[in-house]
Amino acid sequence: MSESDLPPALATIRDDFLALEQRDRLQLLLEFANELPELPAEYADHPDLLERVEECQSPVFIFVDVRDGVVQLHATAPKEAPTTRGFASILVQGLAGLTADEVLEVPDDYPLTIGLTEAVSPLRIRGMSALLGRTKRQVREKRAA
Amino acid sequence: MTVETDASPAFAGYAHPERLVSTEWLAANLGTPGLVIVESDEDVLLYETGHIPGAVKIDWHTDLNDPLVRDYLDGEGFAALMSSKGISRDSTVVIYGDKNNWWAAYALWVFSLFGHEDVRLLDGGRAKWEAEGREYTTETPSPAPSDYPVVERDDTVLRAFKEDVLDHLGLAPSKRALIDVRSPEEYSGQRTTAPAYPEEGTLRAGHIPTAHSVPWAKAVAEDGTFKKVDELNAIYRDGAGLKDGDDVIAYCRIGERSSHTWFVLQHLLGFENVRNYDGSWTEWGSAVRVPIVKGEEPGELAVR
Repeated sequence: MSESDLPPALATIRDDFLALEQRDRLQLLLEFANELPELPAEYADHPDLLERVEECQSPVFIFVDVRDGVVQLHATAPKEAPTTRGFASILVQGLAGLTADEVLEVPDDYPLTIGLTEAVSPLRIRGMSALLGRTKRQVREKRAA
Repeated sequence: MTVETDASPAFAGYAHPERLVSTEWLAANLGTPGLVIVESDEDVLLYETGHIPGAVKIDWHTDLNDPLVRDYLDGEGFAALMSSKGISRDSTVVIYGDKNNWWAAYALWVFSLFGHEDVRLLDGGRAKWEAEGREYTTETPSPAPSDYPVVERDDTVLRAFKEDVLDHLGLAPSKRALIDVRSPEEYSGQRTTAPAYPEEGTLRAGHIPTAHSVPWAKAVAEDGTFKKVDELNAIYRDGAGLKDGDDVIAYCRIGERSSHTWFVLQHLLGFENVRNYDGSWTEWGSAVRVPIVKGEEPGELAVR
């Protein structure tokens, strides 16, 4: 996928982070953390539907909905884990409304390109890469189903 | 200019009770001249969501680790960090954090490598402060830069490298003790990472031969504070067989949980020769030709 093919919401998020100084990037990540929506009741009442993202240091659970070919990612993480909430929120917003094919074409290294490796550390960024990877896997499974 | 210690009876019996402060003490001492409060968390954003008034943030990864070499910052780096946080060489530093003070203990251990004298832990950490409904703020202090001397890090007393662990295994068994503070699953070799933690690419699973398994959390009471000295003695002396005068090395996965145990052994129980092997399993479990034992028993040191 060429640079220009990155879905617009993900590109905007990346550009917003890159435009900031390192310390302000943490503040923006915190804003994302605060914006992570609550789980819809249908999933909140059914923890069995949620997949735990084992690679994250804090308990974070995701569920991917594919309806009429359009993907909606749902995620939940405790308030004591704002970094993980921020990662999840970036993907929830960045992937919103994309088709299954578009989600699968998002570059796997997107989390490494948004200017957080220094502010947050590469080790921690792995959690976001895992979130993206598991989201894509669910999309593949559900598209096939 | 050190601040007077917390004389709380809760700390009676510890070898160095001056290394702990209670939440009550800290609440009463907010703003005391000479005191700097430091938050050190696993989650790099937690401080930003709210912290103890006046506290500054030090992150284990982005502040204390060298970005290039797997090592800690050097004397100049530490002096610059301290200066930026308004910490002087004679400041009383109280550190607290999330996850039962793992990273707070880790930060305290790094401060100790640089010989910062008066550095204490908030007993119970962030969770206890929060459970008691105490005050948080999102206001970030802007301390005036302090004049902190450049002090070379001393890795000879509190820190063990892989070679030190190999030498340690050569000591008479009656004089040495290795403590593995990871989960039972990591110790036995069923897995290489802490439950619910990211895979860090360790190639072999198990533990260092002769190491006793004492998961770090055994030292912690239900409310997140350290257990009393009698209980700690039952765990580490009676249970794991540690004796005064032993040469002790603690390790975990990357050295943070074992910093917690190092604190217990050195400051609460008063062992005098305790080192933290920060390379820990992420180094040992991938190193070539080092001995490893699988299973639930400490195992023997094989001669090869």
